Amino acid sequence: MKEETIINKDISEENITAQQECIEDEWEVVYERPYTLIDTHMHYCPGCAHSVIHKLISEVIQEMDIQDKVVGVAPVGCAVFAYDYLDFDMQEAAHGRATAVATGIKRILPYRYVFTYQGDGDLAAIGTAETIHTMNRGENILIVFVNNAVYGMTSGQMAPTTLPGMKTTTSPYGRDVHTMGYPLKMANLVSQLPGAFYVTRQAVNTPLNVRKAKKALQNAFKYQQLAKGTCFVEFVGNCPSNWKMTPIEANEFVAKEMIKEFPLGDLKVPSSEDLKFLEVEEGVV
Amino acid sequence: MANENAPVKAKKVRKVKGRVEIDIQKCKGCELCTVVCKENTLTLSKEINNKGYRYIVSVNDDCTGCINCALVCPDAVIKVYRTTLRKKELIAEISNVSSSVSIKIENPVVEDLKNMEYM
Amino acid sequence: MENEEIRLMKGNEALAEAAIQAKCDAYFGYPITPQSEVLEYLSLQMPKRGGIVLQAESEVAAINMIYGAAGAGGRVMTTSSSPGISLMQEGISYIASAQLPCLLVNVNRGGPGLGTIQPSQGDYFQATKGGGHGDYHLIVLAPASVQEMADFVFLGFELADKYRNPVMILSDGAIGQMMEKVKFPKRDVQKISKPWATTGKTEHRQRNIITSLFIQPEKMEKVNIQLVEKYKKVTENEIRYEEIQTKDAEYLLVAYGLSARISHKTLQLARAKGLKVGLLRPITLYPYPYEAINKIADHLKGILTVELNAGQMVEDVRLGVNGKVPVQYYGRMGGIIPGPDEILENLESFISKVK
Repeated sequence: MKEETIINKDISEENITAQQECIEDEWEVVYERPYTLIDTHMHYCPGCAHSVIHKLISEVIQEMDIQDKVVGVAPVGCAVFAYDYLDFDMQEAAHGRATAVATGIKRILPYRYVFTYQGDGDLAAIGTAETIHTMNRGENILIVFVNNAVYGMTSGQMAPTTLPGMKTTTSPYGRDVHTMGYPLKMANLVSQLPGAFYVTRQAVNTPLNVRKAKKALQNAFKYQQLAKGTCFVEFVGNCPSNWKMTPIEANEFVAKEMIKEFPLGDLKVPSSEDLKFLEVEEGVV
Repeated sequence: MANENAPVKAKKVRKVKGRVEIDIQKCKGCELCTVVCKENTLTLSKEINNKGYRYIVSVNDDCTGCINCALVCPDAVIKVYRTTLRKKELIAEISNVSSSVSIKIENPVVEDLKNMEYM
Repeated sequence: MENEEIRLMKGNEALAEAAIQAKCDAYFGYPITPQSEVLEYLSLQMPKRGGIVLQAESEVAAINMIYGAAGAGGRVMTTSSSPGISLMQEGISYIASAQLPCLLVNVNRGGPGLGTIQPSQGDYFQATKGGGHGDYHLIVLAPASVQEMADFVFLGFELADKYRNPVMILSDGAIGQMMEKVKFPKRDVQKISKPWATTGKTEHRQRNIITSLFIQPEKMEKVNIQLVEKYKKVTENEIRYEEIQTKDAEYLLVAYGLSARISHKTLQLARAKGLKVGLLRPITLYPYPYEAINKIADHLKGILTVELNAGQMVEDVRLGVNGKVPVQYYGRMGGIIPGPDEILENLESFISKVK
């Protein structure tokens, strides 16, 4: 419904434009893409959790201003090209061996922030020995584990974390736990190791979860300064393509089914005694 | 300042206004942002970008700058702006200059090309 | 430790001592007979004298730690024996493709399979013709004494850094375990700078990526061509071998490592009998001294290779000789070491056959 009114002659054009200008001046940027995330098209499927997690890692490292002190290790899996999107020195590891590669890097460069980024096949199938032994030694690195219950890059085979009854290309009748085993709860397993310093499970399917996940990553990177053990951040992710769902449906599946099987939260937190010497900075989530 | 010529408010009074800029060539149309936007500001366009995806567009002025969309966006294509509280006082100042000032209002519609500048 | 003093050491220990003196930054290994002494010696010495030593959870983990540490710019090495070296093959292929420098040592034991702990030369093919998948080569050095076990560590690190390639010292259970005199003269160990290493992306440069993944075939071919050019340079510049009494020889023994030592004794016995025998001992098994053998073959009547395997290096000799003279192999397998008399017998029957 349009309404026409008369503009009073007393008020000049200037006042009205001044009002417009005031509105323009007051805009501030409250969110923009981090520069440590390379300005390029990412190959991940629409809605993929990998892209969100890449974004969070880039934000955290940018805000901590440690881009020149970070070395990352990329896995074999959908994130094999992580080094094309993250603007840090990175190494590509053989399948499953990222934590061993990270051990080699950290032993040579103890004053760098070293992190691995691995999927469920990489960390929980072929790389289980390396994962457990690296954490058992308490290597001072960060392990980022993206758990989406399938092998994405190779088109949807069963993973060690596939849910019971879930259909994949190698469990076409649904995962039968009697012949195929149970989903591995890696965060729970590794939280029992004395070498683990901070173990948590997060998700990125809602804005609130994204905020919490970023806080977890911030802590995990900061704790590496203390050199008191391994930080392990598991992400309950999604795979819209291989779950045969839209991104919105996939994130609902995460909320309803995945988080039921893999509950979110901290599984091992350092004591305040452990954190005594941590430099406290004015961080913004 | 009750006045029959006072501006008709087509929408709620807002303390803070927001605005989004979307990198439409990088958007993959996953629609995760549309679900988390409380103001129904975002929706899929009818056009496609260079990669063949329908991209997200902003369709109303109700954005509050809450950054929910930017948080969940997998490809970090959304830049969010927000005004500050000071702006409201400023408007009040100017409004008080003359109570007979009125402004022509048009209902915001999708076809209105003015909204395209937000992209 | 660094002086002209003569010490009595095991081959494995001399290797480990040389690693410390060559300023090795890190050693990642796993115990396996007959080379566990290297890990043990370094576990004792490195904490006192500098360097990182870590017993990994497997050879697979060890080789990937080597990859990470080499990519970060470290001077690194690992040792293992045949079954462990088989486990490392994936990692070695990745290291060669990513063009990372490192030193590998195979203290060859009898195989195939779990085999025996006695010495063997059955890993010649694995070391020189591949082992891991794809078109790559290791620079392979074959020591024949405890002194060479030590010297080749310094040489190996140098070659690895010079060509950005993994280098393998192909030893065996006997040389690893035997005790001999060894000297460690003072050396000026230089480390080169590695601007390609992942040390943290500063604002002054692009990010460094260490990878062996080149999905576009054009890029993959370019990388392979780079490697081929590199190996050409290595072949032009780094062939090493030893010739003993080859100038007037009519028959040539070709052997490396342990079998070269035994063949040397055979040579002396043969010469005492009036037979004109010479010995060529390749020191680099890759690049192989094809041309040197080919040249000597001009005045030869026959070549006999002596190996502790089913006949592997003999193929390279045949390749180098290209049909000029008959080539035969003699060897024992399973860890049995032939004596010089046994080899002489075989040499004599070969000579009579050729005549």
